Amino acid sequence: MSKERTPGMSVIVKTVTRLTAWLIMLYGINIVLHGHVSPGGGFAGGVIIALSFIHLILAYGKEMVLKKLSEGLVEVFESTGALVFLGIALLGTTAGFFFKNFLPAGEPFHLFSAGTIPLSYIAISLKVWAGLFAIFVALVLLRIDKEQG
Amino acid sequence: MMIYLLTMVLFGVGIYGVLRQRNLIKMILGIIIAEHAVLLFFILVGYRLNGRAPILSPDAPITNMVDPLPQALVLTAIVIGLGTTALLIALAMRLYGKYGTYDIAKIRELRG
Amino acid sequence: MNQSAFLIPWFVVVPLAAAFVNSLIGGRIRGLPALLACLTTFSLLGLSLVATQFVRINTTLVYHVGGWKPPIGIAMVLDGFTVFMLVTVNLVAFAIAVYATDYMERYTSKAMFYSLLLLMLSGMNGVIVAGDLFNLFVFLEIAAVASYALVAFGTERHELEAAFKYAVMGTVGSLFILLGIVFLYSVTSTLNMADMSLMLAGQRDHNLILMVSVLFLMGFGLKAALVPFHAWLPDAHPSAPAPISAMLSGVLIKTLGVYALCRIFYNVIGFTPMLSAILMFLGTLSMVVGVLLAMGQRDLKRLLAYSSISQVGYVFLGIGLGTPLGIVGGVFHLFNHSVSKSLLFLNSGAVEYATGTRDLKVLGGLREKMPITGATSFLASMSIAGIPPFGGFWSKLLIIIAAVQAGYLGYALWAVIVSVLTLALFVTVFKDVFLGEPQHVWQGVKEVPGRMQVSMIVLALLSMVSGLLLLPDVKEAFLRPATAIFLEGTHYAQVILGDI
Repeated sequence: MSKERTPGMSVIVKTVTRLTAWLIMLYGINIVLHGHVSPGGGFAGGVIIALSFIHLILAYGKEMVLKKLSEGLVEVFESTGALVFLGIALLGTTAGFFFKNFLPAGEPFHLFSAGTIPLSYIAISLKVWAGLFAIFVALVLLRIDKEQG
Repeated sequence: MMIYLLTMVLFGVGIYGVLRQRNLIKMILGIIIAEHAVLLFFILVGYRLNGRAPILSPDAPITNMVDPLPQALVLTAIVIGLGTTALLIALAMRLYGKYGTYDIAKIRELRG
Repeated sequence: MNQSAFLIPWFVVVPLAAAFVNSLIGGRIRGLPALLACLTTFSLLGLSLVATQFVRINTTLVYHVGGWKPPIGIAMVLDGFTVFMLVTVNLVAFAIAVYATDYMERYTSKAMFYSLLLLMLSGMNGVIVAGDLFNLFVFLEIAAVASYALVAFGTERHELEAAFKYAVMGTVGSLFILLGIVFLYSVTSTLNMADMSLMLAGQRDHNLILMVSVLFLMGFGLKAALVPFHAWLPDAHPSAPAPISAMLSGVLIKTLGVYALCRIFYNVIGFTPMLSAILMFLGTLSMVVGVLLAMGQRDLKRLLAYSSISQVGYVFLGIGLGTPLGIVGGVFHLFNHSVSKSLLFLNSGAVEYATGTRDLKVLGGLREKMPITGATSFLASMSIAGIPPFGGFWSKLLIIIAAVQAGYLGYALWAVIVSVLTLALFVTVFKDVFLGEPQHVWQGVKEVPGRMQVSMIVLALLSMVSGLLLLPDVKEAFLRPATAIFLEGTHYAQVILGDI
């Protein structure tokens, strides 16, 4: 009955999603930032952040989410992530070699250690979450108009 | 030895799916299964007897560790597989829009 | 490590950065994607010519990425054969980028096209300079996935069908390559190509190495369109837009297939007589099957695609011989075919741009209306068919003489027969498209726009004078270092690791 009038799922799902979407994103950011201390890193954290946005689309319907976060903005994030990663690699050139780890290494198991690796992870996670979200939106928005003959 | 043979059997299942299935989506599933079988084999190659996970932690010293190099490479290969799968699915959906069917035996206009 | 080795990472970084800058701001500003692509390919061409000069002085350059020494770190290598392939790829890419600025006016979303083209170029350059096996695989996948998307660019029925079949077959080929890499890693527990060849020395007839050789032959043979792995090529190459057909047929099958196969079989595993016999047999089979299937075609681009299969068979025959003369012939034929076949595909694109069809029975008498296209098509056809003094004649002559000298008279005879058939084929095509009386339908046809003409003329001049590459001075600079890499075989390892 209510499915024809409002897009998305029922009221219970929408209420719970409003709480859990932020939790999932925070968990993903935690995995990204601690990539050099515990398993995870850029790719796994990026996938989890993308999942939080996809979670929102599943619960609220695509029009509402795409009004706030349009596809053009997602594409900007994606290219920026790749360019920041290349920029970090090129900055290593000034210190000697391409891709060299030029920031101080610090002590193990601390958050601010291991040189450029956490910065690279942040750039990779930007690209991965934007890329996965863009793939999902592209497949959702694809209108299959069947043509005959 | 047995476990390597089982991984190769999984690869064979995937390739059988690519060769004999007629539905486009099931062919793509066959490719996914075969790819993940190869990556599973890669990780199993890196196993050392009585080794533990290659993660440093402040309390347990490292004495015997499994090979960490395949794990890093498999992560890269999973991402590559994800990209290829996304492209294949988008192509399959567009093909359904143009031809009206998912059956590969009916999508045969290019011949000769 | 030598200071001039700092040149090497730029071959991969420059097109990658240009592709992402294009994707970021190229959609907003008109004309920016095309300008960026032309500038990028021009600078890459300049860099590869500079690299030729460096290799003449230093013979081999190794770059340690991130400062980690191989075999622990990743290495990028620049030697004779690398530089030869870099010049070929970037030269053809520059000509195609200039051509595409006018041809792609009829398509939408041009920014995406140029981004994908630059990504494919970055992947190809990465395959060429890679020093270890897994980097080779990653860059191979980047180039291959970009090419699947580019074949489907027009999103009509035939293009989507061809792209899907190409993508499925290409992915299965990549899986075989990955399986071979996994087996090699399990034996040698290293991924650096030089280190691996040291570990594999003396184990050439081990059963596992035989299986790995077969897996690589299947995987890279599929990328290079070697018969019997050629079934994707006649569908994929005609369906792509004309600049992409030229790129695929001219450089992609040679980089991802021939170059990677030769690098692994000559420098890592080692060249055995059985491998030589298999490569020569498959090469001859490709030559014969390609030209026979090309003779019954009505579609211009499909005919050119089958002819590509045939000419790549020549390259495999020359390289599979193993003698110095054969390798020079094979490598030189690779360069000739890249330039000439790209030019032929660009010509067919020009014909389609002007008339709107590719059907040989309908076209005719276009020589008066499209003089530049006709003249360049004549030059390219003569070069591929092997008429003196064009470049294709010299390379085919070298391959045939090398086959006779090594005692394989049967293969030489087949090469001569296929060459005669190719000549007949291309003369027929030229007569059908350009000579004769112009039909009534084609009275309003005009010549193609200026930039397309410029790139076609440049490639035509190159295919005419490429016979001069066999002059003694020029041969020392360009062809001789390339063949030296093959002949030194597994000594490659000492050269790379000794340079640290």
